Amino acid sequence: MLRKTVLPLAFAALLGLVLVLGACQPVEPEVREVRVVETQQVEVVQTQQVNVPVSFVMESARLQTVKDRGNVRCGVNQSVPGFGFLSEGTFTGFDIDFCRALAVAIFNDAAAAEFRPLTAAERFTALQTNEVDVLIRNTTWTFSRDVELGTDFGPTTFYDGQGMMVRRDSGFSSLDDMGGATVCVLAGTTTELNLADAFTSRGLAYEPLVFETGDETVAAYNEGRCDGLTSDKSQLAGLRTQTTTPADHMILPDTMSKEPLGPVWAQGDQQWGDIVRWVVNGMIIAEEKGITSENVEAMVASPPADPEVSRLLGLEGEFGNLLGLTPDFMVNVIREVGNYGEIYARHLGPEGTDIPREGSLNALWITGGLLYAPPWR
Amino acid sequence: MRPGLWPGRTPHKALALTETTAARVSLPRSFLALWRDLRFLQALAQVAFLVLLFAAGRWLVGNLLTNLEARGLDLSFSFLNRTAGFRVADEALSMGRTDTFRFAFLVGLVNSLQVVVLGLVLTTGLGAVAGVALLSSNWLLRTIFRTYVEIMRNTPLLVQLFFLYFAIILKLPSLENRLSLGPLALSNRGLFIPAILPQAGAGAWLLFGLAGVVLAVVTYRRLLGLRISQGRETHPTLWAALPLLALPWLGWVILPGRPLSLGIPRLEGLNMAGGTRLSPEFAGILLGLVIYTAAFLADIVRAGILAVPHGQRDAALATGLSRGQTLRLVVLPQALRVIIPPTTNQYLNLAKNSSLAIGVGYPDLYAVSQTIFNQSGQAVQMIALMMGTYLLLSLLISVAMNALNARLRIVDR
Repeated sequence: MLRKTVLPLAFAALLGLVLVLGACQPVEPEVREVRVVETQQVEVVQTQQVNVPVSFVMESARLQTVKDRGNVRCGVNQSVPGFGFLSEGTFTGFDIDFCRALAVAIFNDAAAAEFRPLTAAERFTALQTNEVDVLIRNTTWTFSRDVELGTDFGPTTFYDGQGMMVRRDSGFSSLDDMGGATVCVLAGTTTELNLADAFTSRGLAYEPLVFETGDETVAAYNEGRCDGLTSDKSQLAGLRTQTTTPADHMILPDTMSKEPLGPVWAQGDQQWGDIVRWVVNGMIIAEEKGITSENVEAMVASPPADPEVSRLLGLEGEFGNLLGLTPDFMVNVIREVGNYGEIYARHLGPEGTDIPREGSLNALWITGGLLYAPPWR
Repeated sequence: MRPGLWPGRTPHKALALTETTAARVSLPRSFLALWRDLRFLQALAQVAFLVLLFAAGRWLVGNLLTNLEARGLDLSFSFLNRTAGFRVADEALSMGRTDTFRFAFLVGLVNSLQVVVLGLVLTTGLGAVAGVALLSSNWLLRTIFRTYVEIMRNTPLLVQLFFLYFAIILKLPSLENRLSLGPLALSNRGLFIPAILPQAGAGAWLLFGLAGVVLAVVTYRRLLGLRISQGRETHPTLWAALPLLALPWLGWVILPGRPLSLGIPRLEGLNMAGGTRLSPEFAGILLGLVIYTAAFLADIVRAGILAVPHGQRDAALATGLSRGQTLRLVVLPQALRVIIPPTTNQYLNLAKNSSLAIGVGYPDLYAVSQTIFNQSGQAVQMIALMMGTYLLLSLLISVAMNALNARLRIVDR
């Protein structure tokens, strides 16, 4: 009797231990070695920064690695229509185009962008282990991610927020009408926390119904099991197209959270960060100044009176050289990929997933939105 | 074996016996013999296996610790005391936004236990009925259950769960168009049944009921004793039923006010209020597990009944027992000895398969644990905790079933 109980018990305990240990993914020793080398180089760069005055042009270790390799590796999403979507072997989307812009800025070749589809759980590990150079994948800028995970966040390319999709005939016009509602939630994000906060702060009861995949969540919502479906508004727009009749559903105006999305890179290489940051800023400035992929060559040929346009297009100053790039890198970016507005219209406009830009946070600051790039001088 | 017959292949044991050969062969021969010695090879294999196991364990632990250190994590469980910040939907324990991760885990555990305990009971019932039906002499009954068993046993459980939940339960009418049958209401928001609400006199009434039970037991034993000792029919069951029913009725009549009242479910805003609800998710995972596991159990029960020698049945029928009595008193008790060991496996499967509940949106132990480790980032601890809990649950079921098995064993006299 004793043998009978103890043996399976001991075996089960051993098996459990092995499985628990196996659950932690092993890191390739090769990769770790690379990381150590890079950290050392970064320290050297930082020392130089202290000693040498501003005029010194820093060499980015990451930029050198990228140039030697011949392409930029971006961690992207492959299943969010409009942002990062893989269909028939091609990546398309808003985030994808920012990666292409980066490849054009460095290599003057949009094909030099290599995409690594990453899940939400893998993305930071991929960045920490140098598997990708930059992460452009619907990633929300938060305190703990910025400080604790050893990552840096670039300029926000899309101001997102958690929203609620409901049926048009439900009679809901805002979250305040939804007392007692059942809400379908996709598991494993901050969505559940924001939902709890939103309903608690309004003093409303609700019932969460958590599913593991987006398909199941939409299916349960489609069948009327829940009164609302909550997710980031950018994703809701994509999910709405998966409902049986998209026109019967609407997204409530309430925003339950702030979700600024933008590019992310590993901490430690400031100059690499500068490149990513100013390529994005340059695309926003280009829209503000009316420089498009159509007219950029004409503008280079006969520059307008605005000196900032001349500086952006590399006709004045040494901005490209300071980043370790060619002087006309923004001309290439705008010609090949377009300005911010063009990318938005291409993927999130009426032809894409249709997220209204007019009057939203994602409009340019001159039209009342939040998109505001620092001056190019 | 005689050494002289096989000059080239003499085993070393035999060599030691003949001094001359031993001297002639000396070192290379004995070396050769050593690695051909089965006992030595077995010992070597065991040592090598242990060394490999130890090395693998060391490597895994070392890897885990290095990675944890690199990410600035530790293995403490103190994060369980942090505020969870989310809610888990459940009927048994109500969880608020400010409760801790520990409480959320407990809610998940209770949810899982509800499914497992109820699932085991229902599976046993359905499995036993289906098993007997598989042996029925009625062609239609037998074929229906054979079809059920074959379909359920040969398709994946997750597919069945999705089908049951998305294609059957969620296709029920909406809450506004719910199917009503008296106080019952069925919709894709769940099955609503009247709730039994205890009132002021419920305690006193419960005492009446208790007295009825005690009196019934005493009556039954006394009358049964009389029947055995005197051999005359005393109808113990009939007389015992009298106090069991009469006393609660008396209490209901003489107590002031009604001890219990019924809460009838009615539509209030977006939900039904006033009744008890069986949620579609709970129904989905429970029915899915029961229907799937009972199919396996049915064949086990069928095999167990067939394992009882046919002579036992013939003898029982010959003594004048009815077919039902034969099954209940003679065949099933003997069949149980065959049925119980494989049934333990199916019970364990049911308990472990309950972790598929997340597929149909039911917040069980696995679903809640996943949310906790997503929110806290403490994956190693949560997976260990989850595995430990499932292990404990499975071992409890095993111990209980082994005890039952030991009790039913044939006692050697």
